[in-house]
Order: sequence, then C-alpha cells, then structure tokens
Amino acid sequence: MEATVGGRADGRAGGRSSSRAGGRAVGGRGRTAAAVVAAAVPLAFLAIFFGYPVAALVARGFVADGALDLGGVAEVFGAGRTWRIIGLTFAQAILGTLGAVLLGVPGAYVLYCRRFPGRTLVRTLVTVPFVLPTVVVGVAFRSLLATSGPLGFLGLDGTFTAIVLALVFFNYAVVVRTVGGLWERLDPRTAQAARALGASPARAFVTVTLPALGPAIASAASVVFLFCATAFGVVLVLGGLRFGTVETEIWIQTTQFLNLRAASVLSVVQLVVVAGALVAFSRARATRERALALHGNPARSTPLQLTGRGGRPGGDLLPAAVTAVVVGVLLLAPMLTLVLRSLRTPTGWGLDNYWALGSTGGDNALTVTVWQATANSLRIAVDATMIAVLMGVLVALVVSRRPRSTAGRRAIVWLDGAVMLPLGVSAVTVGFGFLIALNHPPLDLRSSPVLIPIAQAIVAMPLVVRTVLPVLRAIDPRQRQVAAVLGATPLRVLLTVDGPYLVRSLGLAIGFAFAVSLGEFGATSFLSRPDRPTLPVVVFRLIGQPGALNQGMALAAAVVLALLTATVMALAERLRGEHAGEI
Amino acid sequence: MTRTSPAVAAMVSAAVAVSLAGCSLIGNSPDEGSTNEEGEPALVRVVTHDSFALSEDLIEEFEDETDYTLEFSAPGDGGALVNQLILTTDSPLGDVAFGVDNSFAGRAIAEGVFDPYTSPDLPPSAEPYLADDAGSLTPVDRGDVCLNVDRQYFTDHDLAEPETLDDLLAEEYGDLVVVTNPATSSPGLAFLLATVAAYGEDGWQDYWQQLADNGLKVVESWSDAYSVDFSGSTGEGDRPIVLSYATSPAFEVGEDETEAPTEALLGTCFQQVEYAGVLAGADNPEGAQAFIDFLLSDEVQADIPEQMYMYPVNDQIDLPQAWTDFAPLADDPFTMDPALIDDHRDEWIQQWTDTVIG
Repeated sequence: MEATVGGRADGRAGGRSSSRAGGRAVGGRGRTAAAVVAAAVPLAFLAIFFGYPVAALVARGFVADGALDLGGVAEVFGAGRTWRIIGLTFAQAILGTLGAVLLGVPGAYVLYCRRFPGRTLVRTLVTVPFVLPTVVVGVAFRSLLATSGPLGFLGLDGTFTAIVLALVFFNYAVVVRTVGGLWERLDPRTAQAARALGASPARAFVTVTLPALGPAIASAASVVFLFCATAFGVVLVLGGLRFGTVETEIWIQTTQFLNLRAASVLSVVQLVVVAGALVAFSRARATRERALALHGNPARSTPLQLTGRGGRPGGDLLPAAVTAVVVGVLLLAPMLTLVLRSLRTPTGWGLDNYWALGSTGGDNALTVTVWQATANSLRIAVDATMIAVLMGVLVALVVSRRPRSTAGRRAIVWLDGAVMLPLGVSAVTVGFGFLIALNHPPLDLRSSPVLIPIAQAIVAMPLVVRTVLPVLRAIDPRQRQVAAVLGATPLRVLLTVDGPYLVRSLGLAIGFAFAVSLGEFGATSFLSRPDRPTLPVVVFRLIGQPGALNQGMALAAAVVLALLTATVMALAERLRGEHAGEI
Repeated sequence: MTRTSPAVAAMVSAAVAVSLAGCSLIGNSPDEGSTNEEGEPALVRVVTHDSFALSEDLIEEFEDETDYTLEFSAPGDGGALVNQLILTTDSPLGDVAFGVDNSFAGRAIAEGVFDPYTSPDLPPSAEPYLADDAGSLTPVDRGDVCLNVDRQYFTDHDLAEPETLDDLLAEEYGDLVVVTNPATSSPGLAFLLATVAAYGEDGWQDYWQQLADNGLKVVESWSDAYSVDFSGSTGEGDRPIVLSYATSPAFEVGEDETEAPTEALLGTCFQQVEYAGVLAGADNPEGAQAFIDFLLSDEVQADIPEQMYMYPVNDQIDLPQAWTDFAPLADDPFTMDPALIDDHRDEWIQQWTDTVIG
C-alpha cells in the first residue's frame, strides 16, 4: 500500500555529509533523545495493544498446568495436514503475488505513465476491492463462478485458481499504486537514450526501465505476499477447508476447537513467515533507496497510444489490453455482480434494497438501521484515523532519521518491522488475545468502546507509516543541517523543514487509515457491541439471514461501503495528485 | 510549494473539527457513564452471540423496573462465544451469558463457565431441554436446523420432494443437495449431529460416504450455500435442497402470497436449544439471575421469534402468524445429550472431514 514513492539516493550521501557537519554534537544528542521519546509512544502503544495480547494468547498454548508444554509442536508438525497447509499457504501467496505483479506492472504503466479520459476514476476503482468485506466478495465471486453463474462455464468454482484470482482482485491496487508512483517519476531520458542508441522498445524496457522499477516491484511484492499469506475470509469462502491456509487453520483451531496448543504453534509458524517477508521487504526498500535517482517531478504523462505509425499496433496496446481485461473482468465483474444483485427485488429491478437501508431489515434482522451503522462506522473511523495517523507519523518521523551509529540504524530497522507486524498476524489471535490480556486490572477494557478504534488503528498504522515515510525520507537532510547550523532548535527544524512535507503527505495517509477502518471486520467483529455495530458487521449479519430483503440489503450496504471507500480514496488521490509534483 | 497546503490543511482541520465537535465514538458515548462504573451492583453485563436482539422498549422496561443497567457485548458467533467464555473463566467477560447452544453447552459446563441457577420462572415446557441436572444453563429458546427445498424445482421436474435423510441417497436427488461444513458453520454441525443421531455412532460415516457419492456439495458458510448455491432464494443457484432452518420458509413469503416458495423437510431436523447462564465469578450474580428471569418472561418469550428467529421455550406463547403458517417446527426432531456431543464433537468433525472432504 505504498502509494507515494519518493525515495532518493541522496539519503546516504546526506548521512555521510551530516557526520562531517560541525557544531552538531549538542543538537545530535537532543535529537536522539527526542527520537527515543517519539519512538517510545507508538512502541508502547503497540506493545500494550498488540504485542502483549498476542503473546498472552500464544503463551496459553505453550503452558499447561503451569509448566512449559511443547507437546503441541510435535503434534502440529507430526500431522500431514500441517505440511499440506503450509505448502498451500506458500503456493497461494506466491501465485497471488506473481499474478498481482504480472498484471499490476502493466496497470501501473497505463494508469500512471499514460494519460486518457477517466484515468482518475479507474485509479480510484482499482482501490475499492482492497477494503470490500471479504464475505461479500466471496458471495460475489461465487455468484460469478458457480455452475449457474455467468462464468460458470470456466469451471472455476471451488478451485485453487478461484482463490488466487480473488487474491489478485484484492491486491492488484497495491502493485499498481506502489510501482506506478515510482514509474511516473523515473527519469524518462535514460530509456530514451537507450532507444536513441538503437535498442528496441522491449530491450529498453528490460535493460533500463525494469531494473529501475525492480526495488518498487520487490517492495510491492513483499506487501502483497504478506496480505496473501495471511488472507482469511476469502480463502475460507472460496476454497473451504480443502484449500486451508495457516491463517484459516488458526481460526478453526481457535474458534471451533479451542485447541490453543495447535493454534499457538501455527501462530508462531505464521510469525516466522511474516518476519521473513518483512526482511525481504526491508531489503527491497533499502535497495531502492540506494539505487534510485528520481525526477523531482513526475514525468509529464503522454496520451495513451494504441496505434502506432501506419496503423500498426502502438507500443501501449499490450499493457492497455492487459489492464482493460484485468479491470473489466477481474475487478469490475465481481463489483458489478454486487451492484446488480443489490438492485434485484422480488418483483424485478429497483432501489427497494437501498430504501430499506433506513430500516432494521426484514423481520428486524438488525438492532439499528444500516444508516445508523454507517454513522457508527464513520465515528469509529474518525477515532481510528486519529490514533493511526498520530502513531504512524511518530514512527515515520523516527524511522526517517538516519543515525550515524550502527546501533541506531539497527534500532530503526527493528522499529519499522515491528510496526508492520500487525499486518501479518491473525485477527483471531489479536481478538482472543485482547479478551484474555485486557480483561483484568490494571488494563480492564472489557467491552470498552475505545477498543474498536484502537484495534483498527493498529491495522491502519503500517499503511500510514508506508505512506508518510517515503516523503520524509525524500527530504534532503542538508535542509535540516542548514537550518540547524543557522541556529534552529530541533523542534523548529521539525516544524519548518519536515512539517510542510508531512502535512501534504497526510492527505493520503488519512485516506488510507479511514478506508481501512471503514472496511475492517476481523478484529471489529470480536469487539463489536450489538447496540453499536459497524457497517461491515451489519453486512455480515444481513447476509447471514434468509429472505430476499435481508440478502438484498446486505449487498446494497456493501455497495454503500464501496462508495464511501471510493469517495475517501478519490479525495486522497486528488490531494496526492495535486502535490505529487512537489515532493 | 505551498500551493495545495490549504486544501490539505482544510481536510485535516475538518477531520479534527468533526471529532472535536463530538462526532467521535469515544467522545460521544452515551454509555460512557455506565462503563466507568464497573463494579457497581446496578450494572449487569450481558455477553451474547452476534445474532442477539431484543426490542429496545423491553430492555428499557427491565432497566426501569429493576434499577439494573444492562450492558451488552457480542464477541462472535455461538462457538466463538463459548470458547471465549472458557478462556476467560478466571476473569469473566460479564455477569451473564446468552446464546450458548446445545452443541457447545457440554463444553462450557465441563469447563466450569457457569454457576447453576434455576429460575422460578422456568416454564414446564422448558424442562426437557435442560442441559444438565445441576441447572447450569437455562433454556431460553429453540429452533430446528433442517434441509429446505425449492418447491418450484420439484414441480417443474415432476419430482417428489424428499422427506427423510434416507431419501437423499436416491439417484433422482443426486447433485441436488448443498450443505455447510460442520467445522466452520453451526448449522453444518447441527446437521452432522442429526445424522449421528439417525444412524448411530457406527453408521453415520457410511451415510455421508453415500451422500458424497451421490453428488453432495459442501460449502463453508450458510450465507454462501443459501445465497449462491440454493435455487429457491435470491441467488438462483442450481441446487434445490439446502441446509437451513425450519423458520427460513417464512422469510421467503412475499407480501400477498399465501404459500411459501420454499419448505423445510421436517424429517431431517436437528433441534437447537439456546441457553442463558450465570457466569462463575460474576461481579453481579443477582443481576445475572434477574436477567435470566427476564428472558423467561412472557414479554421476552413473545419477542424472541420477531427478533431472533427462534421459538420460545415457553409453549404457551402465541407465535407470529407467518410462523404458524409457513414455519412449523418438526414434531420429532433429532436430539442429542449435550454431554455426549461434548465428548465426541471434535472427533466427529475430524472423521467427517476425512470422509467427505478427504
């Protein structure tokens, strides 16, 4: 979900030159102290509301009658099913990532390097799947693929392919935004030079453009891998237990069998996988920061050229065709299925399901109306966004520093990784962890309304960091040094040098945090109060009730959620688009 | 460099403004007062499953009459609820729990989640549903999990509707049935228990093997089966026999219709009973008991069909017209002792998975 890619090569050089700058000793110590304090707040937040609950739950699985019990390890690794599931998890994550990258790179090119009418709309559309409730996406996908559905002839229902397609559906936007954001800023002259020296377009792309994009692709791939490896709802709905993953297995062992021994071992397995992906992720980013010299301004995008000279196919035809198929079939078809089914009524077509959103559903399926639930979602999203942005910005400010000491640099890598971890840990583990860890003094937060925004903020925080950090890293450290040499206090340097960049990158960060909070279901469903449900929770409840009205309302409510998300993301896209040239 | 700052600044300040104006959940919580008063006897904390619902005015009436304040939390579906109650026995999530059903009651009782309580208001018709002799749990409502059929399909194909579990093995019903996985869905578990009750601990696997051979389809959740695969509802799928509830047909009746387009096969039903219980170690056991009495009151019992789609345990309560017309309960549903279920549940699910999913 890294939408702004502004890393520049001057980071390292700046770091070296800063060590030579004189008169910084006192300011350096002050800055270190400030960084430690700024890191302590989000770390404490994460430790209390993420690390402690997860550790508490996992520990339960390894302790029996007060003694360490590692019997679960042998039990889990002795079962053939475990290895099959680990294999399936990797297979699905690798294929999902490959699919998202292979399809997303042409998409990034078309949507960020080429101009055509409706481009902003398409950019917004591709982000909507990312936050659609998985239970609804599952129904939409299966409506298309079931033998009776419009794509039933493909025979994909209940297959591994369907799961991989759904994963690509959810994660396509990650690749498009991350790679596209970088691509539009690549200096086009390098590729032009290669072409002038006689390279074919394909050769220029493979030898010049692709290596430059490599780090961004690797970075996007790692995030997508993380999301795919821990996908839950959609895997369960589309694949069932036949294609279980480590995540679905944790869910079943925890919520259905209460086998915490097995669930804990599997949680540790998942943490290992996630940590591995994070290491790859941080390597990829480091490479990018070292290797890339970017245009400050995005290259002015040229119009899409579908036909070349003499009516022959133009250079953009292939990527445009791939993108059209992906957006049209993979992304739009399920979304259209949702919209169409939401317009179906027992007597034909109509807006009845939408009018009914002001009610509590057929036969009082809900305790509040869907609009009240929407209002709840918006309120919670405001709180979650504030927490996530505050914590995320603090982390980004600290991580964007480049301390001279090895220990300092190492600490920053660890902090960066710690903040990403919540993306890769099962919502069930976190939810159950909350229940057993935060339900007695000194932290007795049982059923406190504050828990939902906190849980959502933890999920949104990594995205805030990934959005704000590249912008802060792109600031030439010499600007700060100059300000410091001229006598500015560290606080003043922060306000006058980092501040303006930070404020402008906040638009997108707020958008992401808001959208994530609106769509979050896993942790929310654990903590939700029946008198104050969120929009995804009422969608889940409605779709679990028989009757045409309830089913129709569930789909209509999902469309409302998608529209809200699209609006938020369009706003964020707009803000980002306007100032992108200045980063 | 500052060209767009006003726009972003406006957005940021707008976000800050709405939250400061009291739009935030934390800042605007009407229950804030009561959550801060934990430990006071007036508060009764009710833990339920996520399908819990009661009419607002009944809750207000209870609060007015008793001076108790109710606070609800709903941390998941029935199975997740029980497991969370077990995990938190040393520091319970609330005072009273509602929504533990007979497929999980045995586990909760065995783990010591509940303190026994026998309500003076327990109707005689509820006694057959008691989960144990000690009265650890109070039966509140009941319902049946049954196969449902799309009647139109059978008319169109000039085919008799199946009636029993055995009928489903006949060739003419091949490829027509969709059920849910017992490991991931509570109706799926109920149906598995129905087959164990019907064919015995030695015979049920053989039955499922034959069902699977006859083109059975298994999906993971009720919504998936009912809204995608079932032909009788909105999804217009291709399977006319689906696992659902005895009450489902009542929801499929249009406004002026006199017949339901779907029908429950009453010979295939497993009886579900939902219980309430006082949580061991509750801060307010008296309040918890008062809440259980409240659930058994005639007003709440009459409210249950409308709000939770279950039948009241009190058989003296009048049912909604649509239910008496379209959603009768089975006369003789399959049942099973909660303790027996608890002894074998995981093992049966495992064997089922080996037999049907492979």
